[in-house]
Amino acid sequence: MAADAQQVAQRIPGEKSSLPAMVLLAGWLIPGLGHLILGKWIRALLLFLSIVSMFAIGIALQGKIYSPSTGDILDILGFAGQLGTGLLCGLAHLLGWGATSTVNTLADYGRAFLVCAGLLNYIAAVDAHSLANGRKASV
Amino acid sequence: MTLSHFSAVLLFSLFTSVVFGITQRAEPKMMIRFGAYCFALFVGAVILASWLMYAIKH
Repeated sequence: MAADAQQVAQRIPGEKSSLPAMVLLAGWLIPGLGHLILGKWIRALLLFLSIVSMFAIGIALQGKIYSPSTGDILDILGFAGQLGTGLLCGLAHLLGWGATSTVNTLADYGRAFLVCAGLLNYIAAVDAHSLANGRKASV
Repeated sequence: MTLSHFSAVLLFSLFTSVVFGITQRAEPKMMIRFGAYCFALFVGAVILASWLMYAIKH
């Protein structure tokens, strides 16, 4: 434990590297990529499988893909959540995946899966950033 | 695709617990333990809420 604390204290001053920002961006664009860059491939694989599976289930259930331009604050918040899935969110908008409105209970589950996949990917990307700059001990 | 309410809960709990375990703990052993704890809490809370709703209705 003391060794971990010492390791963290030694690595934070060296934060001038562009690596933390790069893994943050990579982790946001593709779930788990930030951890993969840091050599944590098992964590990367688990994060990728979990987040992409949640997104795929959300799409399969015809979950609503939010658009930021409707002017409704709830739509903007939903869009901010789904934006966390990075490239997947872009693909969903480009290729017309999902639905434009919630039509039944299952579609509402799908909407929840899509938004939560994005929010979880934000957490995963920030975790990769913390590992890269030394705020989180790398075991 | 069709999912029952409970299978949707199980899938949601599983994937969310994996991410929570990896991101909220530093050591692999603690990650597994925290992930399992989150999964048990998710599913336990849902079962408890379900019985509560059943009791209110009847």
